[in-house]
Amino acid sequence: MQLKIKIQYYALMREQAGRSEETIETSSVTPADLYGELSGRYGFTLAREQLKVAVNNEFSDWSRPLEEGDAVVFIPPVAGG
Amino acid sequence: MMRFRFTQTAIDTALARRELLDPAAGGYVSFEGWVRDHNEGQEVTRLEYEAFQELAVKEGERILAEALRRFPVKHALCIHRVGTLALSDMAVWVGVSSVHRGEAFDACRFIIDEVKHRVPIWKKEHYRSGDSGWVNCERCAAAPGHAHAHEHEHHHEPAALTIHK
Repeated sequence: MQLKIKIQYYALMREQAGRSEETIETSSVTPADLYGELSGRYGFTLAREQLKVAVNNEFSDWSRPLEEGDAVVFIPPVAGG
Repeated sequence: MMRFRFTQTAIDTALARRELLDPAAGGYVSFEGWVRDHNEGQEVTRLEYEAFQELAVKEGERILAEALRRFPVKHALCIHRVGTLALSDMAVWVGVSSVHRGEAFDACRFIIDEVKHRVPIWKKEHYRSGDSGWVNCERCAAAPGHAHAHEHEHHHEPAALTIHK
């Protein structure tokens, strides 16, 4: 089954993906699967263990099942302040 | 008005400070984070800050709410700049008012430390050499085999070492 998922990219992820956002049809069922799929496409240099993930503007577990229309953000190590 | 905010222009500390005024408060403590000219042996010429604002504001609000629960203070605010900043520009401001000074110092320290570790904000340093890099991301990228060790480092090595005096 294919899901339509929106992905927004920030900072290093944005530069490596070459875009700020996109909507894709995917067979990935979790954010973890999706990160693997997109790493294959864009060659992300960060390992998933170094990131956090947000779904629909809230921190999420990597194993949460994705749903049609979800918005996903991969969060590289932060550096505010 | 949210207690945690972003601004694309210079932080107006005089205006922000006014929001902390309270007849029961005996004083206030503030922290300003400034753009420093060096980091890890490199000469820094400017910084770019970027935030995932929808989540950053939520997480920032949670930090300020935690500070108000943990410490008996009157008011707390945090304003973070985004965009391109020059040397000595103010990147972040935290202000706390309270009845007595002790808890205001403690709450201010708690807020800036938590903001640095938890809020999805990133900074890219531009160096005199012409290079640039995302702070806390590029070293990891160079050694993906050591993901765990590096993640540990991110959570416990305060970013304060990289920018604030």
